[in-house]
Amino acid sequence: MIAPSTTQKKRPKSFRVRVLRQDTPGTESYWELFDVDYEREMNVISVLQRIAAKAETVDGKKVSPVAWDCGCLEEVCGSCSMVINGRVRQSCSALVDNLLNDNPDEIVLEPMSKFPVIRDLVIDRQRLFRALERVQAWVPVDSYYDMGPGERQLREAQEQNYPLSQCMSCGCCLEACPQYTKVELQQQANETAEVFQARKTAAYDSSFLGAHAISQAMLHNHHPTGKSLESERLDTLMGPGGVASCGNAQNCVSVCPKEIPLTTSIARAGRATTIHAVKKWFEK
Amino acid sequence: MADQKVVVVGGGLAGLSVTMKLAELGVKVDLLSLTPVKRSHSVCAQGGINSCNDQARQLGDSEWNHLDDTVYGGDFLNHQPPVKEMAYWAPKVIDLMDRLGVPFNRTGEGFIDRRRFGGTLFKRTAFAGATTGQQLLYALDEQVRRSESEGMVKKFEFWDFLGPIKDETGRCRGVIAQDMVSMEIRAFPADAVVVATGGNGLLYGKSTMSVFCTGSAASRCFQAGANYGNGEFIQVHPTAIPGADKLRLMSESARGEGGRVWVPRKPQDPRSPNQIPEGERYYFLEERYPKYGNLVPRDIATREIFDICVNEGLSIDEDRMCVYLDLTHISKAELDRKLGGILEIYEKFQGVDPRFEPMKIFPAVHYSMGGLWSDYVKSGDGGLLPGAPRNQMTSIEGLYAIGECDYHYHGANRLGANSLLSCIFSGLFIGPSIVSYASNQKGGYKQLASSTIEAALAVHTSRHKALLSGNGGNENPYLIHQELGDLMTRVATVVRRNDQLEQAMSKVDDLHQRAMRVSLSDTGNWTNQNVIFAKAVQDMFPMAKTMLKGALLRDECRGAHYKPDFEKPSLTSEEPVERRRQAELWCDEFEANNDRFLKSTIGTWNAETNQPDITYEDIDSSLIPPRPRLYGLVGAETIEEVWNERAAAKKALAKEPALAGAN
Repeated sequence: MIAPSTTQKKRPKSFRVRVLRQDTPGTESYWELFDVDYEREMNVISVLQRIAAKAETVDGKKVSPVAWDCGCLEEVCGSCSMVINGRVRQSCSALVDNLLNDNPDEIVLEPMSKFPVIRDLVIDRQRLFRALERVQAWVPVDSYYDMGPGERQLREAQEQNYPLSQCMSCGCCLEACPQYTKVELQQQANETAEVFQARKTAAYDSSFLGAHAISQAMLHNHHPTGKSLESERLDTLMGPGGVASCGNAQNCVSVCPKEIPLTTSIARAGRATTIHAVKKWFEK
Repeated sequence: MADQKVVVVGGGLAGLSVTMKLAELGVKVDLLSLTPVKRSHSVCAQGGINSCNDQARQLGDSEWNHLDDTVYGGDFLNHQPPVKEMAYWAPKVIDLMDRLGVPFNRTGEGFIDRRRFGGTLFKRTAFAGATTGQQLLYALDEQVRRSESEGMVKKFEFWDFLGPIKDETGRCRGVIAQDMVSMEIRAFPADAVVVATGGNGLLYGKSTMSVFCTGSAASRCFQAGANYGNGEFIQVHPTAIPGADKLRLMSESARGEGGRVWVPRKPQDPRSPNQIPEGERYYFLEERYPKYGNLVPRDIATREIFDICVNEGLSIDEDRMCVYLDLTHISKAELDRKLGGILEIYEKFQGVDPRFEPMKIFPAVHYSMGGLWSDYVKSGDGGLLPGAPRNQMTSIEGLYAIGECDYHYHGANRLGANSLLSCIFSGLFIGPSIVSYASNQKGGYKQLASSTIEAALAVHTSRHKALLSGNGGNENPYLIHQELGDLMTRVATVVRRNDQLEQAMSKVDDLHQRAMRVSLSDTGNWTNQNVIFAKAVQDMFPMAKTMLKGALLRDECRGAHYKPDFEKPSLTSEEPVERRRQAELWCDEFEANNDRFLKSTIGTWNAETNQPDITYEDIDSSLIPPRPRLYGLVGAETIEEVWNERAAAKKALAKEPALAGAN
């Protein structure tokens, strides 16, 4: 249970928040400590809002506000992932009361470590979205004209697909994965934005896809029309950075805020690629 | 067809649907968004999307009924042709979403399941668990990613739209935007521009909206000369979970699936809700509105909850206002299947399992019915003319507005599960309109004069630099935002009074001036969220002023705009003749009021006075004549009787000359 216990201890007037900061990509990170007045029903988002409004460290030093990413504040948009007291999660659903129960001294905030830091807690998750393109996670319909309804689907199929379809691309599964390692490139002095982008994309495409993308590939392979790209998706899953890169640590499934059965998807992907490989061998 | 390019600002349901449609039609799109489009606020929509469907049809529903419910629920402030077109497109929109892989809930036999929503008596709402907006958004996000991989779409995520580029003729020729990472400001020339940037809930500080819903993009178009319609119409959703940073939505689908709203009859009854016997519970919506029960339209449910807590003193808690929303009579399995997503939100943030204990909820600002004024071209059958260049075009030529940031479709009050529909419908529908507009222009996006671009860039670059240099100001943008939010929440939500609105307008003037003197704690030029936010806060003021002035001038009650000083009373007499006389008088007053106020409020920004000028626009009610909205009113039957007689007489009168002509 993530929610606050009903028998709460008496709360402090204020509490400490330690933030791992970094000014620009590729530069040294450093810690800063803030003091935040305690209020009822705070979450890490409201803590960062108070820090932004005051922008002063515990020693009274004026600093720039901590940069961070957030959106819906109800754990459905996937923006606000960060490492809180050593655990990757969404900061909107990280409630201060619970964090203080675990550690009354301070709350520690760090950016995710598997993505390049842009500034402070803001990270660059382009690679995560690129992986969705690599596995062609879409239904290749002919057109957007009115062609009547899709195929009828039994409730059972919907109940299998819907949980996978709730993946909000937050990146928690990737942060927790030992096989997913950071890919960070720096733009060269004489390199245009386009050339730099192409170099980044190439680097992403030879690295591990990650649990989220494997799961989306399986979701779309299970769709009546999405299935028409099954073979291409399985080729990608068998290629560099594909499903064979998974080390079966099973961390992904344990940190997923939406409790998506990621390891089930990976296991299905493993079986499907094996069958696909055998088929391809026979078709040679 | 010459090479065409369109800039779409905003990547929620409306922005994505127009993007994919344009790509299909062979037009290249630059798609700009404050956030990765997959994280847009549409993701928060929970309950579902409406359309007439096979089952409802056999129970008497039709697209016409959907139109009727929408304009009746909207208190007839909607222009009817766009609503008609939307209602008739609705079944096709659902079919397309189904083909795109949206995992709609299914019946045992495999058909798309439907539930009932507010303001209708039919089960019209298709849904994917309780995260329908998320599922629709993801399906469209996937299609746009597909277009991107084919080279038709280029996404610019984490870019802030600063304003349209207008040429010497006043036509919109592109946009100026800023990279929120590198802070680079650059121009995006285009043949046409679509803004699909959602609502402006952040004007109220806390609302059910995401942090990007500042309304700044619409405000920047408004300040550049686009008119703004019906600004004062803001939907306050009846059921939200109070929180320190946000008021989290608790979907209407909770009531659609049978959820009941109640308070203990005894004020602040200390017992836990499950121990309060049935007879000591006040199901006030069911008692006051026997026909619709818990599914009255949102404006009404909100006012009743407000009334119960504020006027009747029946709030559950003493120190904070709230009522129960109870699902505990429904089986856990069914709740998990149909409402899982929203129940998890409640459980995570409140620490109580709503499957076993009633939720505590209270109304919260939720949706902007008003928005950028946009045009349409009516077809012969009373709908919209497909492909007409002016459909959804704002008062700036070449600049289109769709989705929550336009003012069409929802009138004075939006029905639940109609917003997802209006976003997707308008996005798909105007694709061909934009193509036909762009095809008939002389200068394409490549021919935009560099002097025009330079001039537009200079304006935004100097604003940016001035903010960073501080200009000697000392105001904190975060505190100004908080003050504005508190003020707007106090005077411009559920209940509106003219004295309070007047006072608020002068306070907002002061705050606006202070907002122009902000000092930033971050003056750097790398991922400076401080300066982006400061600009957004400054741009909230033209909107806030338009909302307040529109509300002040509208001396009536209509939909979400409720002024108790101008409320029409219920009938008081029990005696039939006198009651009839009262009903006649009631209808006279209703008609006189409509003559005066059944009009769209149109705001035009006046840069010299720093205030909006307000004018009024007649509404096209040619399909369904306006009639009194009588949910729950005492004497409703008598008023309805009088009204129907009058309506029949009018109809007969209108028909006579036509018949004569036919002979």
